[in-house]
Amino acid sequence: MQAPQSTVDPSEIAKFEAMAAEWWDPTGKFKPLHMLNPCRLDYITQQIAGEFDRDLSSDAPFAGLRLLDIGCGGGLLSEPMARLGADVVGADAAAGNIPVAQIHAEQSGLSIDYRHTTAEALAEAGEQFDVVLNMEVVEHVADPLSYLTATQQLLKPGGLQICSTINRNPKSYAMAIFGAEVVMRWLPRGTHEWSKFITPDELFDLLSKAGLTPVDRKGFVFNPIFWSWSLSDRDLSVNYVTASTKPA
Amino acid sequence: MDNPKDRGILRGMKNTSDILIVGGGLNGPALALALAQTGHTVTLIDALPRDARAREDFDGRSYALALASQKLIDQIGVWGAVAGQAQPMLEIKVTDGRAGQGPSPFFMHFDHAEIEEGPMGYMIEDRYLRRALRDAMEAEPAITLVDEQTVIAQDADATGVTVTLARGDSLRGRLLVGADGRRSGTAERAGIKRTGWDYGQTALVCAIEHDRPHNGIAHQFFMPPGPLAILPLPGNRSSIVWSERSDRAAAIQSLDEESYLSILRPRFGDFMGDIRLAGDRFTYPLNLTLANAFVAERLALVGDAAHGVHPIAGQGLNAGLRDVGALAEVLTEARRRGEDIASSLVLDRYQQWRRFDTASLAAATDAFNRLFSNDNPLLRLGRDIGMGVVGAIPGLRQTFIREAAGLTGDLPRLLQGRPI
Repeated sequence: MQAPQSTVDPSEIAKFEAMAAEWWDPTGKFKPLHMLNPCRLDYITQQIAGEFDRDLSSDAPFAGLRLLDIGCGGGLLSEPMARLGADVVGADAAAGNIPVAQIHAEQSGLSIDYRHTTAEALAEAGEQFDVVLNMEVVEHVADPLSYLTATQQLLKPGGLQICSTINRNPKSYAMAIFGAEVVMRWLPRGTHEWSKFITPDELFDLLSKAGLTPVDRKGFVFNPIFWSWSLSDRDLSVNYVTASTKPA
Repeated sequence: MDNPKDRGILRGMKNTSDILIVGGGLNGPALALALAQTGHTVTLIDALPRDARAREDFDGRSYALALASQKLIDQIGVWGAVAGQAQPMLEIKVTDGRAGQGPSPFFMHFDHAEIEEGPMGYMIEDRYLRRALRDAMEAEPAITLVDEQTVIAQDADATGVTVTLARGDSLRGRLLVGADGRRSGTAERAGIKRTGWDYGQTALVCAIEHDRPHNGIAHQFFMPPGPLAILPLPGNRSSIVWSERSDRAAAIQSLDEESYLSILRPRFGDFMGDIRLAGDRFTYPLNLTLANAFVAERLALVGDAAHGVHPIAGQGLNAGLRDVGALAEVLTEARRRGEDIASSLVLDRYQQWRRFDTASLAAATDAFNRLFSNDNPLLRLGRDIGMGVVGAIPGLRQTFIREAAGLTGDLPRLLQGRPI
């Protein structure tokens, strides 16, 4: 199988390679995402394996599943999904991320269909997926309900959506905005707008209104002693993740 | 192996296997088996010919497998083949003694009956363990064996690592593992420097037959020239590990059998009756060597390649098997998440897990040896009292027993007897 034709202007390749290196540098600008990634992947892989009855110990367990990664960035989730055998489309509204992700996937020997587009545009075009990854996006959109409705339309009946975001309370403000943006400078200031944060109950409500059936939710909890993240059944106070299905 | 299911995966130069392991000793094969069981393909490159790993006769070498190590050997499917030849260690007696004198009145006695898990470990002869690991690898379709070949070059890039063999051809994988011992060429080629020092001591190792039974008791005598360990083998046989200043050790090793025994006998005492040699004699210079990093680009080190410790407490192989359990667990979890198993993020998890444990083991064994290899009467009194105190407090004693059985610390699942 051939890699998708790269549409990157050759004169820009060096710049994009540098940006790809930055995206994938575990100690660099995207360090918080790299730290969170194993925990996110644990949740995503277990939910997909459960929903589609796949054995994660087998070779290419997600073979035959068409998967959309919304807000794919440098491909931190798209690449693992492709490595597990899924047929992956990575979409990002920021045009600059697409060649960066393409270059890294080629370096990694992976074939991923990266596109500069939005969930709404893909839904309009009638694209359908078994799995939609909607990670850390909903807190950035202007109209969450119409956005989530588009992500619902992108799912085949019986499909699975994983959606993660940030809770809205004083603790999440302290952790996400004051902690991550101001103190640690992990993220550029202004990355988050606190008023757009959504509580788990509100998200479940929005997902239901968008036509999905929420089935599970868990917290991503940061442990400052071990400097790592873990999944929690009870603590959804800052970062959390949900799974919902589209009725068959 | 072209898998039609790997639709999202492009292959450039085809991988020989997911993982290439250099070193056919004990840790390399144990890791190969653990990884093959969790869905990885493995190629193991051994510098020695096949026959050297499968000899039938007893050469006198044996290992003290801690209970946790035995659990790993069981989990990788090899214990059944060696269980009949293993001697359980039921008790450990640690005594401070001087040649020609009886042991001091203070000694530590550890009995497996004080912990729930069973014996503290097993003595197993090298020939049986090596053979069983070899047989298990040959029966495993996911493992490819390359015998009698050395690696002359290795080159890591964005998607994998290419290894060039002395015979001229190349192998390619996603990750390279150096299990090639304390002078690891794999580590050296990756530019990993080592820290270490020589103790000026050499371990003399042999197996003996004795008239009386050992009752499954392991003895450790601390003597001024260095420690003497008597470890029970099946039948009326024991493995002896005996440390001396290197110049004296060389002189002793060059003696004929009878003279060698005449030096050993007075240290040994007569509690097991008369003794005879039951295999070859070996010497191992005692030095400590720690790799400054356990991982590099697409590379991980296990066993002595990462950390060669003073074999005073028989912890070399046991520490190596902890590496094996930790690396297999980290790589398998990464694989199930779809991560690049050789990315620095993944390899750093292994390094963080193992470096703390290893540094503390190296420091403890070193301090232990310095303390017990000293004939200063004050130090001697101090350690006698110390041993008496440890021996008298049941809780502390249980901690020591569990430590000796390898059951403490952040144990990889295979060493807890659980699958990954």
